[in-house]
Amino acid sequence: MSKALLYDSTVCIGCKQCEQACADQNKLTYNDAVAAEEIQSDHKLTVVLTRGDKFMRRLCMNCNDPSCASVCPVGALQKTALGPVTYDASKCMGCRYCMVACPFSVPKYEWGKLFPKVQKCTMCPDRVAQGKPTACAEICPTGATKFGERDELIAEAQQRIHDNPGKYVDHIYGLDEVGGASVFLLSSVPFETFGYRTNLSKDPMPMLTYRVLSHIPDFVPLGGMMLGGIWWITHRREEVALAESQKSSAANSDKKNGRKS
Amino acid sequence: MSSPTKFKLTFWKLVFFFLMAAGIYATFIRFTQGLGASTHLSDQFPWGIWISFDVLCGVMLAAGGFTLTATVHIFNIKRMHSIIRPTILTAFLGYILVCAALMYDLGKPYNIWHPLIMRNPHSVMFEVAYCVMLYTTVLALEFSPIVLERFNLQKPLKVVRAILIPLVILGVLLSTLHQSSLGTLYLIVPEKLHPFWYSPLLPVFFFLSAIAVGLAMTIFESSLSSKHFGLQLELPVLQELGRVLVVVLGVYAILRTEDLANRGALRLAFRPGYEMYLFWLEITLAIILPLALLVQPKLRNSATGLYFAAVSVVLGFITNRMNVSITGFEGSTGVRYFPKWTELAVTGSIIAAGFALFGLAVKYLPIFPKEEEEVVHELSAASESEVPEAEPVMEHAGD
Repeated sequence: MSKALLYDSTVCIGCKQCEQACADQNKLTYNDAVAAEEIQSDHKLTVVLTRGDKFMRRLCMNCNDPSCASVCPVGALQKTALGPVTYDASKCMGCRYCMVACPFSVPKYEWGKLFPKVQKCTMCPDRVAQGKPTACAEICPTGATKFGERDELIAEAQQRIHDNPGKYVDHIYGLDEVGGASVFLLSSVPFETFGYRTNLSKDPMPMLTYRVLSHIPDFVPLGGMMLGGIWWITHRREEVALAESQKSSAANSDKKNGRKS
Repeated sequence: MSSPTKFKLTFWKLVFFFLMAAGIYATFIRFTQGLGASTHLSDQFPWGIWISFDVLCGVMLAAGGFTLTATVHIFNIKRMHSIIRPTILTAFLGYILVCAALMYDLGKPYNIWHPLIMRNPHSVMFEVAYCVMLYTTVLALEFSPIVLERFNLQKPLKVVRAILIPLVILGVLLSTLHQSSLGTLYLIVPEKLHPFWYSPLLPVFFFLSAIAVGLAMTIFESSLSSKHFGLQLELPVLQELGRVLVVVLGVYAILRTEDLANRGALRLAFRPGYEMYLFWLEITLAIILPLALLVQPKLRNSATGLYFAAVSVVLGFITNRMNVSITGFEGSTGVRYFPKWTELAVTGSIIAAGFALFGLAVKYLPIFPKEEEEVVHELSAASESEVPEAEPVMEHAGD
């Protein structure tokens, strides 16, 4: 049911047709200048990096438990059941917490626009919903980027590593990182070569903040009661002190006293 | 109110108009050309000085509001009452200016109300949004008696006075949540934030330091006010705040050291580098220097000693907030961020507006107790123990 992408960098020939298809799909300009840019940006949602004769794609990992969706105060970013992490620009207020929080630094911003949106690969949610593969997978001439069922792709990736000892780094990037993703990468060189963080936790990042946030429903009534209690004690103590001093000096008994007790 | 010398007034007015003019021009650029043209923000550095200083520091500097209302109204320490109004004024202005800064920083400021109807309770930013909205409202209500008195509006005054204690409790709760949540924001980036500043205890550190800064700001602002508005300095009150400040700073220092040691970051503190220098600048200003000043009874009890300790604490924790939100990210992103002039101009004009509004409020509203009425004020405080927060109300009613 849940879909995913498997990118095998050893099969990639660096033709960058996926970049072109992605730009077309997302109605972004694509020309030689854009093709030469080796960085993801608001107008380039996926990029094929070149290091010597090795290639590697960068795109949104579409995490299972995405930091971006968890930190978005208005729920503009959502993880869908089919796999894609989608973005609704009409909800977004532009706080950019998603950009700060994403462990893969994927969301990009339209800095040049007056009313900017966040831009990121959303795994072609409309196409996926229609049962079609993502634009990048459909165009890929070598099958380096493959679209399919998440479970099947995991099994296939494991099989490829198993069947070709020494060919791959023994790691499916995206399988365990931050609780797993919907994009899996295979590589013959260490993932750090292409700027991928390999020190990421296996646990979903949103737990880090939710662990604290989940205490708020307890904190508010308990804190309120405690403060109210302190208020009562400190003021009651004063009332008693006042009443006793007035008892001893007896003369000071006006109507204010009556109101107090 | 006696005014300072003519020259000084003109000089500060000049500074004020310069900052405001620069700010207005920067505002024009921000709202006609967007964030890219008006800031040095980038995909690698999505949060800059408007978040670091205007929001994180702004909220921290407003912490005197909840610290002092809790001291006076909840803990019933009446000696502090004389300084509660300027502190609430500072907090209220602080939050208004934080809201103003947010309008600059948000990409689509016209959507700022969205959290009201689009809720994601898993988001720290959602908590922050609600805390800003609710606590600004609470501060407006806590501040309202001062305005209502000025115009002698007895009926609404009665209403506000009746709900004051629940309001103060709500304010303390919201502040606790808000101050700590600004630290919680950064819990989700363990791989990006430098180990000097990333800690699971960030919310605790942000909250504790907010209390320290709240106390320090109260000392700082009382000292300045007494100088500029010709008021008598409430030295005994400030001495007491100084003693509490020592305790809060001590607790913070112990927790911070333990945390650094537990995470193995302590050894980094002696490895020279960009982060190390800024870390030590922060620790020296926020903890070492003020503690060194305040543990000496002679300095702790002197107006000058208290003033310098307070300034040091404020500067130290401003450095801390900047380190958490800027310095700590420069290593992992590989990008150095320095604000563009437009960012500085907006921040400068916001600070200038804060000072100017404080001055105007002091001039036209009953912020500071009047000396000759002090006696009446104290008498009424003694007899009206049930509603101590309301005591200056009647005396000033006819102003």
